[in-house]
Amino acid sequence: MPDGINTGIGASVTRVEDYRFLTGQGTYTDDINRPGQAYAYILRSPHAHARINGIDTTAAGAADGVVAIYTGADMQTGGLPCGWLIHSRDGSPMHEPPHPPLAQGKVRCLGDQVAIVIADSLSQAKAAAELIEVDYDVLPAVVDMKAAAGGGTLVHDDIGTNVCYDWVIGEEGDVDAALAGSAHVTEIDIVNNRLIANAMEPRAAVSDFDRATGEYTLYTTTQNPHVIRLLMGAFVLSIPEHKLRIVAPDVGGGFGSKIFHYAEEAILTWAAGKLARPIKWTAERSESFMTDAQGRDHVTTAKLGLDANGKFTALKVETMANMGAYLSTFASSVPTYLYATLLAGCYTTPVIFANVKAIFTNTVPVDAYRGAGRPEATYLLERIVNKAAKEMNLDPVEIRTRNFIPSDAFPYQTPVALQYDSGDYMATLKRAQELHDTAGFAARRAEAEARGKKLGLGYSTYLEACGIAPSAVAGALGARAGLYESAEVRVHPTGSVTIFTGTHSHGQGHETTFAQLVSERLGVPLENIEISHGDTNRVQFGMGTYGSRSLAVGGVALDKALDKIEAKAKKIAAHILEASTEDLEFNDGNFTVAGTDKAMAFGEVALAAYVPHNYPIEEIEPGLDEQAFYDPANFTYPGGCHICEVEIDPATGVTEVTKFTAVDDVGRVINPMIVAGQVHGGVAQGIGQALLEEAIYDPEGQLLTGSYMDYCMPRADNLPSIQVAHETTLCTHNSLGVKGCGEVGAIGSPPAVINAVLDALTDFGVEDIAMPATPARVWQAIQDAKA
Amino acid sequence: MYDFNYHKPSSSNAAASAVAGADDGKFLAGGQTLLPTMKQRLAMPSDLVDLAGCDLSGVRVDGDNLVIGAMTTHDAVATSAEVQAHIPGLAALAAGIGDQQVRNRGTIGGSVANNDPAADYPAACLALGATIHTDRRTIAAEDFFTGMFDTALDEGELITAIAFPKPAACAYQKFPNPASRYALVGVMVAKTGGGVRVAVTGAGENGVFRAAEIEAALGANFSADAAAGAAVSADGLNSDLHASAEYRAHLVGVMASRAVAAC
Repeated sequence: MPDGINTGIGASVTRVEDYRFLTGQGTYTDDINRPGQAYAYILRSPHAHARINGIDTTAAGAADGVVAIYTGADMQTGGLPCGWLIHSRDGSPMHEPPHPPLAQGKVRCLGDQVAIVIADSLSQAKAAAELIEVDYDVLPAVVDMKAAAGGGTLVHDDIGTNVCYDWVIGEEGDVDAALAGSAHVTEIDIVNNRLIANAMEPRAAVSDFDRATGEYTLYTTTQNPHVIRLLMGAFVLSIPEHKLRIVAPDVGGGFGSKIFHYAEEAILTWAAGKLARPIKWTAERSESFMTDAQGRDHVTTAKLGLDANGKFTALKVETMANMGAYLSTFASSVPTYLYATLLAGCYTTPVIFANVKAIFTNTVPVDAYRGAGRPEATYLLERIVNKAAKEMNLDPVEIRTRNFIPSDAFPYQTPVALQYDSGDYMATLKRAQELHDTAGFAARRAEAEARGKKLGLGYSTYLEACGIAPSAVAGALGARAGLYESAEVRVHPTGSVTIFTGTHSHGQGHETTFAQLVSERLGVPLENIEISHGDTNRVQFGMGTYGSRSLAVGGVALDKALDKIEAKAKKIAAHILEASTEDLEFNDGNFTVAGTDKAMAFGEVALAAYVPHNYPIEEIEPGLDEQAFYDPANFTYPGGCHICEVEIDPATGVTEVTKFTAVDDVGRVINPMIVAGQVHGGVAQGIGQALLEEAIYDPEGQLLTGSYMDYCMPRADNLPSIQVAHETTLCTHNSLGVKGCGEVGAIGSPPAVINAVLDALTDFGVEDIAMPATPARVWQAIQDAKA
Repeated sequence: MYDFNYHKPSSSNAAASAVAGADDGKFLAGGQTLLPTMKQRLAMPSDLVDLAGCDLSGVRVDGDNLVIGAMTTHDAVATSAEVQAHIPGLAALAAGIGDQQVRNRGTIGGSVANNDPAADYPAACLALGATIHTDRRTIAAEDFFTGMFDTALDEGELITAIAFPKPAACAYQKFPNPASRYALVGVMVAKTGGGVRVAVTGAGENGVFRAAEIEAALGANFSADAAAGAAVSADGLNSDLHASAEYRAHLVGVMASRAVAAC
């Protein structure tokens, strides 16, 4: 290692990006200002559903400082596309209603974009917006999914239904037969609560248009700038890639909500072109609540069949998934291929059938949020497994171990399409039990009981599929894009290195982790490595960061580019050292000839590549700059065991998480500190979902939880010290053996929390509780059980 | 935020004149409610009259009363040696308002004048039988809090101080709204010269109120069990997405009981 300091794989290197973040020197979209910039305010619908009879902008247009006002009548462009085509069980394609950036005659959710006001200052734009007169006919809104599925009020008149698709996976007949022949069938009704991502940085955009070159530039808060360029350029605004530059600078958290192509990006870019003037828009927090795509929102009934020994025989799942008013970029894939394909979990259930109906409602679109489909599947499985254990008088650990896929059964083909490559669920379970001291639970419970408190212990043994995604598989399942990743390793003449990656870091620490991969391979110190991401004019191409894919796909692409660099450098070194490449060894940044004292440092090789005086010029080109695209052969399958302990005050219903242990198998760990941080954050969001967070609309489609006064974000005092450890099996199909860690916390933790809550409430006879298990809900459940 | 005129007078008389002379003038105390409301463009006063220079801050002992200037911040009340010595329950209440940033800016006069139905101070005023001093008169707490965000203050009337009679004992217990951390239910129990007084904030449809059932129970037997055992009616209590009226009624008993235990 350089200077004897381990900065390679496995080292808890402190994050190189943190200096600028912690000292307020990051550059976020709102920090960017362009000469002559104007400011935009988006006038939004105050109604969830209304016809627009007319918009009078006369007075507003004459107001101080107003540069332009545009409505849907002005902006006649393509609509925002959906990236994944799902087919219904009858073979018909899903309904894809138009999604205009600015409303065309109708608004379909609170916050729908009605007009953009552009002025010399933001306060002038806001003041002018108050002068716009919109003549609305307010229409009845449909908010409840069951009501929407039944017809009545239609979100989109033209398609004649609120059911976007009615999709199935598995053989229903086989599953029904297996259930009929089962010794016991456990049934459950479950709701996966709707969440708001709440990234610390609100969405923002700065658009610009260069009249001289015809090039558009959009600085935007996105997790995937090339995807935005593709979607907005090709589908919405018809701008070719070479005239459209998307820059995602420092981004303050995404959690999925910044994957999607949003209307504001298209409106700002289009308007900059019209005005040939830069325009800035930054969401206020209340706009984020109202307009960021939200997460989860499933209503499910399920049946789990078991034989007399508690072995699962079949699983049947019926789910309704809320799409909101329009199809967001990846909305259609979340409750299908990211959800139902996970319903085997880490269990050997032989037959599984799932039916998913995606429903339009007059609410903001719902799309991927940390975990995206997999938390919903995990929550369902881990709740129904616990319920089955109770009904069959089995220990919740025993029922799990009886059904685990054994560690020698890999590769394991599930009945729902996926083939798991590796895992050891017993190992993560056992390690978690040890770390958590589950053996000491009875004593802790007795101690709590003596204080009048109820202690509960809950398990979640989860599995997830990430590293999205093998393109051929994704394509066969309806994806309209490839899901590979690209990397370029540019070694500079003096041996420093710039990495160009198509992934995007918005909290994940890529600038550190990816640099560690390079340092490990080339022996270059971290300070000589720069990670460049987020600018389509600098980075060759990329599909961005979501689905825990950055390391498992982008990191492996980088590894492949490093292979090429190493191979070429070796040829150069062999030439100069007058040895054959076979005799060359490369360790700690030095090429050596086996059995001799001949050596050459990597930096010298780099210099030789750019100053090719003594060089095998007839065999290879000068320069040391290589690129690789990597398309994974399979998803990766992190899994593990989360154990949660809660203490409930029966007098108030307050639940405190007193102990939480997460033992995850995320494959090879590059930076343990960053992985621990990812797990901590994911678990915090999982505890948030389980105990605190819920987006609630009233029947008119007004968002009741539109600020932090009513939407409960987890705070430090809601969280315990989280114990994190790993039991590792390597991914078998990528060169790094990595699986991904970004979502495991949010996927694994919610059912552990709720199972712990229900365990604590056992004495009261409480058998079910909905997320979030707020004090009011816990207290009410106790009262209802008493009654 | 809309444009407004800003004034910073150096006396309460000048402040009152400035508000009286404005189209739609407002006093600015700590600004912890007013400024966010203005930022959301939900309030558009023509003039803001900042009270920071009016010498309305400070705590003094006046016979059996603790007199707290209207511009005294929550943090100053929480950390005041006088308050801690004479009414420790009031210092503890102030220490639990909002977060440190709010306590550094927010003032007792601003809170009482705003009469947010989930604010903490109104419960202290009512339970301790405080007297509100204004630039025009004195008003008993009993008569001051007239409904949600509504008080007996006249147009342009300015709170200058609040006088709290020293109780034999008092304690405040708050059950915070999980999201906002305002009081979902807050109960101040005080043993005063006039008997046991119990005031409840956060729960009532009309703001702060006295819990007669619990006062009666505690008058007969000042114990945590007596407070917990007093049936509190859910009639007239708030029901919203955070808590039903029944849950709030139950919590009133639990918080009263814990306040008694802390007395």
